[in-house]
Amino acid sequence: MSQLATWRTGSTRVLPGFGLSMGISVLFISLVLLLPITGLFGQLAGLSFAEYWAIITEGRVVASYMVTIGAAAVAALVNAVFGLLLAWVLVRYEFPGKRLLDALMDLPFALPTAVAGITLATLYASSGWMGRLLEPLGFQIAYTWVGIALAMAFTSIPFVVRTVQPVLEDLPAEVDEAAMSLGATDGVAFRRVILPHIWPALVTGTGLAFVRSLGEFGAIIFIAGNMPYETEITALMIFVKLQEYDYAGASAIASVVLFVSLALLLAINIWQGRFVRRLHGGKG
Amino acid sequence: MSIHLHNIAKHFGNTQALEPINLDIHEGELVGLLGPSGSGKTTLLRIIAGLENADHTAQPGKILFGDRDVTNVHVRDRRIGFVFQHYALFRHMSVYDNVAFGLTVLSRKRRPSSGEIRARVFRLLEMVKLEHLANRYPAQLSGGQQQRVSLARALAVEPEVLLLDEPFGALDAKVRQELRRWLRHLHDELNFTSVFVTHDQEEALELSDRVVVMSNGRIEQIDTPDDLYRTPKNRFVFEFLGDVNHLEGKVSNGVLTCGDAYWHVDLPDGHEELLLRPHEVRLTEQPTSESHLPVTITAISPVGAEVRVELEADWLAQPWLATVRHTDFEHLALRRGQRLFAHPRHWRRFPETESKATEQSRVA
Repeated sequence: MSQLATWRTGSTRVLPGFGLSMGISVLFISLVLLLPITGLFGQLAGLSFAEYWAIITEGRVVASYMVTIGAAAVAALVNAVFGLLLAWVLVRYEFPGKRLLDALMDLPFALPTAVAGITLATLYASSGWMGRLLEPLGFQIAYTWVGIALAMAFTSIPFVVRTVQPVLEDLPAEVDEAAMSLGATDGVAFRRVILPHIWPALVTGTGLAFVRSLGEFGAIIFIAGNMPYETEITALMIFVKLQEYDYAGASAIASVVLFVSLALLLAINIWQGRFVRRLHGGKG
Repeated sequence: MSIHLHNIAKHFGNTQALEPINLDIHEGELVGLLGPSGSGKTTLLRIIAGLENADHTAQPGKILFGDRDVTNVHVRDRRIGFVFQHYALFRHMSVYDNVAFGLTVLSRKRRPSSGEIRARVFRLLEMVKLEHLANRYPAQLSGGQQQRVSLARALAVEPEVLLLDEPFGALDAKVRQELRRWLRHLHDELNFTSVFVTHDQEEALELSDRVVVMSNGRIEQIDTPDDLYRTPKNRFVFEFLGDVNHLEGKVSNGVLTCGDAYWHVDLPDGHEELLLRPHEVRLTEQPTSESHLPVTITAISPVGAEVRVELEADWLAQPWLATVRHTDFEHLALRRGQRLFAHPRHWRRFPETESKATEQSRVA
């Protein structure tokens, strides 16, 4: 109660505008984030638990979970490796066109995902530039889960690059030099000095990329082929339900995606908090 | 291990960071590289370490550690210890793991047993008086403690050469003083060859066996602190090593005049600039027939064994600094705004045409 009182009078706060800015923030979050989610749960209220369970465990839907999670995991891991490499190149080296490459990194965010999807589909279809080269070698990309993973990787790479980049910039080159002056080989210096430092950012970036991939729709749908039980993603299942005007069914599947994403983000946050405390002097 | 540098030069783009340099450092010596920022001292240190490569010129430079040619040897194989200005500790590792790092990355054949590593790390931590903090993380230590950890880490691999880049630059005055004394002690005890970089002349003079004074990528003078202070080779060295007062004027018939000030001096006619240290200025209440240099006191600060007095006059372009003993200070009853007369006890001149410096003392 006494704490409430000090909040109200603002006697302990030097920075102005807490009430106003906090109020607007909460309102905004409520309108943009919480209201739609509440709507989602409102739709679910029309279902009994048995019905809910039946919808989310239907064979075709479960198969779509497998495809989505599998492809998203592959895409996230690929992005972890190449995103780290890109961040490394952007931070540690000077080269002509560095600014351009840096700007290109955000392109997947800026580009409408449907455009990316159509481009990828035409590129990798058996008549496309890449497809024509790869097909004779036995690699089928379009209309398989590889294509899905490719589209996911395309849309989510900025998450890894943009979370690792500032952390890497924060790590002075002197730390590498110290490791080497102590006799460490390049590999050992990377594994024992650089990687542990950027590890939390890399895991967070990869996690965000994974979660983003779980919900991606536009970029994947054109390249996936959408064969039931094989290349159908969960987002497509929701879309199909919506087209059948089955709002409750769509909401049920959406709630699964929501819970998985939320649980993963929360887990990463908690884990990262413990790690960061140690770097900044806590007892962690 | 002695260090020999032969014809070492360095360019960064179009700027010459180091002109071709030769330098010999004896075994067991503690040498300070002293110079203003941009003088090339850090570049030179990093070239010795192998963190930077010297230019490949027509007459390639050479770096020898004892008889071993290390010019093309990678930093990890040079067997040096390097201490960075901002410590460069591994923040995700405990103090213990930081110090042990150099031992744990050795190839399996050369790596000591884990028990031996443990004993060695604790011996080093004891030496830097940090054994009670072995399990802490760097972020939980003060700057001075972190720098001691980084020193222990560098010494763990038993380097033949210890290189320190402004090791105390980021610390406050009192800690710096303490660590300086402690480093000197450690150096004498363990008897390795050390080279450190500093821009603080007091630090260089106090810590080094010999000081290398650098400016603009050149070595200006190499000497013991004592010789350096007493017989600076040129004006740059003299001015960089301490506070300097300038006396500029025209000499005719053995009298230097500057505005309403004059002073008898044994120099040929012409324009002259004389340089004096603050302790070479004497203050009296009356002029003499020899000298008439009227000054006004603008600031007084009693620091340590002496009182520093700032002097101004309209014949002076820049204010002078004089140091006065406390007894003289009381005797003259100095106060701000007081008008007095300055008498140079001793001065130096560095004429641009002559390479040799002239100096003269006068019994005051």
